[in-house]
Amino acid sequence: MTIPNDLKYTKSHEWVRAEADGTVTIGITHHAQELLGDMVYVESPQVGRKVAASEECAVVESVKAASDVYAPIAGEVVAVNEAVADKPEMINQDAYGAWMFRLKPDNASDLNGLLDAAGYKAVVDSEAH
Amino acid sequence: MLKQTALNAAHRAMGAKMVDFSGWDMPLHYGSQIEEHHQVRRDAGMFDVSHMLAIDIEGALAREFLRRLLANNVDRLQIPGKAMYSCLLNEQGGVLDDLIVYYLREDWFRIVVNAATCDKDLAWMQARRDESASSLTLTPRREMAIIAVQGPHAREKVWQAVPEMRGVTELLKPFQAADCAPYFVGRTGYTGEDGFEIILPANQAEQFWQALSSVGVKPIGLGARDTLRLEAGMNLYGQDMDETVTPLESGLAWTVDLIADRYFIGKTVLKEQVVTRDLFGLVLIDKGVLRSHQQVRTTFGDGEITSGSFAPTLDKSIALARLPKTIPLGELVQVEVRDKLLSAKVVKYPFVRNGKSLI
Repeated sequence: MTIPNDLKYTKSHEWVRAEADGTVTIGITHHAQELLGDMVYVESPQVGRKVAASEECAVVESVKAASDVYAPIAGEVVAVNEAVADKPEMINQDAYGAWMFRLKPDNASDLNGLLDAAGYKAVVDSEAH
Repeated sequence: MLKQTALNAAHRAMGAKMVDFSGWDMPLHYGSQIEEHHQVRRDAGMFDVSHMLAIDIEGALAREFLRRLLANNVDRLQIPGKAMYSCLLNEQGGVLDDLIVYYLREDWFRIVVNAATCDKDLAWMQARRDESASSLTLTPRREMAIIAVQGPHAREKVWQAVPEMRGVTELLKPFQAADCAPYFVGRTGYTGEDGFEIILPANQAEQFWQALSSVGVKPIGLGARDTLRLEAGMNLYGQDMDETVTPLESGLAWTVDLIADRYFIGKTVLKEQVVTRDLFGLVLIDKGVLRSHQQVRTTFGDGEITSGSFAPTLDKSIALARLPKTIPLGELVQVEVRDKLLSAKVVKYPFVRNGKSLI
């Protein structure tokens, strides 16, 4: 199982990377893409949109199903990855490279409330049973 | 406890992601559903469909029984081995199941029904048998496995894997079957491609599966089976039709014979039915993916998607939708997807046949 140590995670299978400029980058985990299968559509949020923590703000669709992507913390959408919207299969190929959007957090300290790699692994393991 | 087919261990050894499909532990995919879809369109793939059930109908009254039981006319089957698609209807004309019926001998027909409905079908058939043809035997053949081999190179690869099958099956036309013991081979399928569906003893299934694998036939999961049949414009029971609708509202009028004098169960209702809706194809124009149960708004009245997905061959999303019957082909409609309305075009289906787009 692939869960990089340098990222934060949510129970709803987003990964979160804190950037040097204070923004955070968000995508879905390797485990999430495995569950969903071949990706065929990504609906990105609008740049400038304000989102609350746990608010639905993007959608990924595989051949099998549609799945919401949630904002891990409150903030403003400052960028979206157009390349992934054009080629959703990038998520299958490299879930941690294929970021979906960036947030400018309302409170940088909110990041501390997210799961670390060990915490996320426990979530994935508990789902397997 | 999920039921397992004879190929369960083989699926797992080939890396299948297994899912619960109507109580059966079945392969969803073996890695990439889209790759499996292309494999069938371009070369050859094999499907374990042993969860479906073959039922043998034997006795002097077999044809007479099926005349009454099936909406399609079994008298179209006059040459041994000939196969036909039909709905099984209740008295209200609702669809109990769809099936393939094979004519083997005047006192022996075989039908193959869906996994989720097989117990209901068998009980229905036994009750109808007891009313009018009690000397008939109905034998579920759970000891048989069913393997579909589909794709432009499917038949050639089957013959490579089992050379002795070639002679008996080479001249089979579509919807014809031949007994080639221990194999029962029909030139039928659920993909819109050439190929065979093969019924064989379950204890020989793994050997046959491995023989196919060794000549390059790839295993295909239920995920790709669904996108292949959707592109081919083939109905899925429980999704595109069920007991609440008749075949005339399900794109299946061509399978119902209302002209012949023959009485069949459901005929009285169908003859009187004022049909106001039917199945149509949809092609999504906007970006997104159509899914079953999404609502469709049209200037002719509203409708609903019964099956929708991404179509790998077409690289766009398509659907079957139950829409007002008066809607013209080419009409633009709006589909409710989450909080948006997406544009889609009404088209005739099938969408794909023999690897080629028809839209």
